[in-house]
Amino acid sequence: MTWNRKDILDIESLSVEEIKSVLDTADGLKEISERSIKKVPTLRGKTVILFFHEPSTRTRVSFDIAAKRLSADSISISASTSSLVKGETLIDTARNLESMNPDVIVMRHSSAGTPYLLSQKIPTPIINAGDGMHAHPTQALLDMMTVREHKKELNGLRIAIVGDITHSRVARSNIVGFRKMGAEVRLAGPPTMIPAGIESLGADVVYDFEEAIDGVDVIMMLRIQKERQRNFLFPSEREYAKRYGLSMARLKKAKPDALIMHPGPLNRGVEITPEVADHINSVILNQVTNGVALRMALLYLLAGGLRNAADH
Amino acid sequence: MRLIIKGGHVIDPGNMDAVVDITIADGIITDIANSADDFRQKDCHDIRIIDASDCFVVPGLIDMHVHLRDPGHEYKESIETGIRAAAAGGFTAVCCMPNTHPVNDNRQVTEYIIKTAAQFHSVKVYPVASISRGLKGHDLSEYGELKEAGAFAVSDDGLPVSDSQLMRRSLEYAKGVGVKVISHCEDPDLSAGSMNEGLMSTRMGLAGIPNAAESIMVMRDIALCELTGMPVHIAHVSTKESVHAIRDAKLRGVPVTAETAPHYFTLTDEAVRKYNTNAKMNPPLRSTDDRNAIREGLADGTIDVIATDHAPHSVLEKEVEFDKAANGIIGLETALSLGLKLIEEGDITFETLIRKMSINPSKIIGIPRAVIVGAPADLTIINPTRSYIYDVEKGFSKSKNSPFNGWEFKGMAVYTIVNGRVVFESK
Repeated sequence: MTWNRKDILDIESLSVEEIKSVLDTADGLKEISERSIKKVPTLRGKTVILFFHEPSTRTRVSFDIAAKRLSADSISISASTSSLVKGETLIDTARNLESMNPDVIVMRHSSAGTPYLLSQKIPTPIINAGDGMHAHPTQALLDMMTVREHKKELNGLRIAIVGDITHSRVARSNIVGFRKMGAEVRLAGPPTMIPAGIESLGADVVYDFEEAIDGVDVIMMLRIQKERQRNFLFPSEREYAKRYGLSMARLKKAKPDALIMHPGPLNRGVEITPEVADHINSVILNQVTNGVALRMALLYLLAGGLRNAADH
Repeated sequence: MRLIIKGGHVIDPGNMDAVVDITIADGIITDIANSADDFRQKDCHDIRIIDASDCFVVPGLIDMHVHLRDPGHEYKESIETGIRAAAAGGFTAVCCMPNTHPVNDNRQVTEYIIKTAAQFHSVKVYPVASISRGLKGHDLSEYGELKEAGAFAVSDDGLPVSDSQLMRRSLEYAKGVGVKVISHCEDPDLSAGSMNEGLMSTRMGLAGIPNAAESIMVMRDIALCELTGMPVHIAHVSTKESVHAIRDAKLRGVPVTAETAPHYFTLTDEAVRKYNTNAKMNPPLRSTDDRNAIREGLADGTIDVIATDHAPHSVLEKEVEFDKAANGIIGLETALSLGLKLIEEGDITFETLIRKMSINPSKIIGIPRAVIVGAPADLTIINPTRSYIYDVEKGFSKSKNSPFNGWEFKGMAVYTIVNGRVVFESK
């Protein structure tokens, strides 16, 4: 197919064909990272700005490496080094960046919806690298890539997503993405962490962890943020680990070959025991590896113009 | 100077419903008759005749909840521009909330507002002073002196009075002074969000504000109202549960009154889609169920008043991240048309609308108004069939933060008359 989309703002706006096209492209580009010379000239002369208004290590490094492996010049801006701390508005900062003619802006922001705001104000393609609790489309795409790699087909799979659904942009984007690709999605977590009306995205909600993972093909554990304890979302890490931590004993409820996933960073001993994190079925590090290929694919599709992705 | 309004259908609920001519001299209604004397031949320089055929002539509309931003935030609105917007919307009087800078918690600010407004010989402005000094929720403002200066009511609007003891004392003290208390109902611990809590907030990844954040405080204020026997007026009701609580309280005879705003009976949280900051306000736009409950509350008398909560903000506060954007929308210039739309949709009658936008607020704030001989000529002439497309850029308010820009409306104010003076006429 021909790629016509300017921005990657969320999963909702992508068609099934577009998602497949991104995943196919990423599959093809993955091999570059396995070479001894990990660089192709595809995006030589292109500029990618990594505009991170919220702290990030994994995602930013992943994009940075992805850009460099395609020979694009990547520049990082974080909240503390940008003029935002000097009182400049987000739109003004973006317009200034725009004036330096970048080819793609990758942005992360703590406020939901900011990539929409920028995409309306500037013509440069924008990739949403996470906006508040709203969306994290590149994480969902790399998760779909990882599952597809192991299970061949997403259609018909059963996926359980467990943890703080309310505050998770990863969960939201994955629910939408996996549902779109024909998988069944179950959500589990304490009711304090299940947001109102989440079923409307097509997911089933069960509060009981073991029921949620019964017979599933994939278990995706979400990070528990310790600071949430202050919001009365859970009494203690100890109790959370007991009720919602993925242990070897619980893992038996899932299919024997169920994939274990986590978007990171891990809280070993809280939402996941160390044995499960390092289990043979854990693909947590494959997710990170695939993240680079997936982001290379998106940069290529957005900055590379209108070439047919499958031709690569 | 005489003014004759000819051939209009006068609707003054409870008083008059007839096609008559109204004669006004020196700001006072001097004659209401089937056919007014034509003064033109006697005194042609000093008379103006308005042809009001096909129009309704109603007692002047009152908006008992606006933010004029003056003093302090004149870049958003000034008393002058706020008055012009009000006149254009058909309002002959507005009540302005105290969250100015400095706060209207003292005689100087109250007097400044009254004096400034009076210069324009236009829409009447009635200042609301603050419940607590500096809107801080710690001590009572000096209601006695504020009343002397011209404040008719107190409210910490924009902020809730979290301390129930302070709210109780405010109601009791206000009773002695003779000022109304208007309550902004919000539980701040529950309301830490930027839109309605529900399907939309979940999809958009925004922290939600549940209905209970409002209704809990409505119920508290009803309880305090029962305790003190002092009337309380609930501002900007947005939820089904609040409507139920107020309805039940009224049935028990509790002296509670309530208002809602046009956006709560018109829009739902769907309007926030695409992170539209011009649909962000506090309380937030709610669900369809809530919107319907608000309409029922208007129809059955649970909600007494339609007030705009006109809240001007510039692009500085609105063209930003959604969760950082300021709350509020302008409403003076669209309220009447949105009210007329409600009639078109069969929810209320024209008479009910005029009660909500004129008669009831006048009773609550204690300014008598009627279309009778001897009364001040504060009148609004409404053409119910004239259609137009609302263009916020052509509006009179300094700010442009309206979710109704581009809407097609049927029906508008064509003349606004204050003390016999035409302060607005539509082209």
